[in-house]
Formats: sequence, C-alpha cells, structure tokens
Amino acid sequence: MAAEQGGKIDPMHQFLIEPAFGSHWIVGGYDLSFTNSALWMVVTLVALWAFMIGGMKRELVPGRWQMAVEGFTGFISGMLEQNVGPGGKRFVPYVFSLFMFILFANIIGLLPFGIVPGVHPFTVTSHMTVTGVLALISFAIVLLVGFGKHGFHFFSLFVPSGTPALMIPLIFVVELMSFLVRPFSLGLRLFVAMTAGHILLKVLAAFVINGLNLGGMYIGLVTAPSMLLMIGITLLELLVAAIQAYVFALLTSVYLNDAVNLH
Amino acid sequence: MDVNAAKMIGAGLAAIGMGLAALGVGNVFAQFLAGALRNPGAADSQQGRLFIGFAAAELLGLLAFVTMIILVFVA
Repeated sequence: MAAEQGGKIDPMHQFLIEPAFGSHWIVGGYDLSFTNSALWMVVTLVALWAFMIGGMKRELVPGRWQMAVEGFTGFISGMLEQNVGPGGKRFVPYVFSLFMFILFANIIGLLPFGIVPGVHPFTVTSHMTVTGVLALISFAIVLLVGFGKHGFHFFSLFVPSGTPALMIPLIFVVELMSFLVRPFSLGLRLFVAMTAGHILLKVLAAFVINGLNLGGMYIGLVTAPSMLLMIGITLLELLVAAIQAYVFALLTSVYLNDAVNLH
Repeated sequence: MDVNAAKMIGAGLAAIGMGLAALGVGNVFAQFLAGALRNPGAADSQQGRLFIGFAAAELLGLLAFVTMIILVFVA
C-alpha cells in the first residue's frame, strides 16, 4: 500500500508495467526488459503446467486431481461440440489453452500475494496489449479457417439467406461492421472487466488503510464496513474471473462456428 | 466552465451508462430464470445463449466505464 501515503488514493499504480528486477535492458533502441507483466505470465504458465501435468496420469480409476483436469477438458470439448458440432473437435486444444490461460491469469492476479513484503501481484489480463493479442489470434483463426474451408464463399456470411435483394447492400455493410468489431469487443471486455474490479478493490483497500490511520471513530465508521464490502467484492471478482474466461472461450467457439458452418 | 470540472461531470454522466447496463444484465438473467422455471428441461441447453446475451449487455456497461476512465485519467 505504498501508493496510498498521505491519504491520496492512486488506484492506477497497480497496472504500471516496469522491469521485474529493477534494470532496463535496451537493445537497439527498444526496451526489451523482462517486465512484471512477463514475469506473471511465466508464473501463470508454470501454475498451468503444474496443474495439467499433475492431472495427466491416465489412470483407469482417476483420482481427484485427474478428475479436476478431466472436468475442464470435458467442459471445453462439450462447449465446442454444442456450438460448432462435429467439426469443432479440431479446435479443442486452442480453445482449451485460451480458457485455461485466461482463467489462471485472472485468478492469480486476484490472489493476495501483496502480504509478502516486496511482492507486487500483477494481473496480466488487465492490459489491452495482452487481451487484444489473444482476441486477434482468435480472429485470425476464424479468418484462416473461414477462407481456407469456403474460399470466397465465406463472404456469404455477411448476407443472411432470405435477404431481399434491395436490402443486400445495407445488410452487407452492417454484418461486415459487426464482424470486424469482434476482436475489439472480445479483447476490450476481458481487459475492462479485470481493470474495473481491481480499481474497485484498490479504492476499498485505501479506505480501510486510511480509516485505520485516522483512528478513533473512523475505524468503526469507515474501516469495518469497507473491509466487509471488500470481502464480498473479492468473492464477486472470483466469479467474474471465471465468467470472463468462460465468455471469452464461448464467444471464440461461436465465431468459429460461423467460420466452419457459415450461416 | 473549467475544463477539469467538465471532464469530471462527463465522467459522472458516463457512470449512468453503467447503471443502465446493470438493468440490462439483470433483465437477461431474470428472463432466463423466468423461462427456465417454466421449462426446466430446456434450461441447461440454453446456458450458452444466456452467457452470450450477458456478454453483449455487459459490454455496453464496460464501454461506459472505459469512457469514464479515459475522461478521468487520460483526456
């Protein structure tokens, strides 16, 4: 809570990207430092690998851990089966990696690592650079699959069957716009949901600290209700972390359905 | 009017948009629940559509939030 000295609340400080170990590493005019964002991506990947390798035992009678991993894989393959159909099996590895990476990054960003002195937790998915690239990868796969499978017939996606000839130019433009805005809305949704939650938590945390510093009746009037609200909001944020990962994977599979099956 | 004051008023007005999006999200879940209680057998198969509707309604509130943050911290 060093950012809240003197009662000034600075909720944006937590999103600052800086070199993880204090020194910049400049190569040819570009700053290629190992940032805290990169560090927490590595932490996310290590946690994900540990979770997956611990569960991929292929035992005939699965233990608890294997059941947890199989629950996730079954969830994703069921989602693709339902949304895309039989052609969706090919995309299970991609959508599964996407879902698990976002889920782990969201939840690791919420964990209270800040109680260890010197450790500043960082939410990887609270930056448009990360979520935007994930959304662009999804969009690129949709384009590649769509044009690869259907060729220029893919453009019939923008003209729903049964459209009156008079309406075709208008509908085409509207559908094209709604198609092109997809990667933007996909990345923006995840990034803003995580940013908003963390700002709210940080503001409440500052209320708690400032109330404690003032002492006296402020502890009962400000600190205690803020602390209670913060516990509730943290639980809500855990739900949001899971829902946003689910929505990202779900919308990716819906867009893949357009590419595989057209309308 | 002072530019900073105008920015803060604009940010406050943008916050209204989030409240309206909250109505939208509530409506999505309320209608789903109303439908699901009438025909519980069909409810599970429609969960994907529930979350697509939720995501679309939520996105508009998040856009209002982005507008607010840009006004306060960027503009």
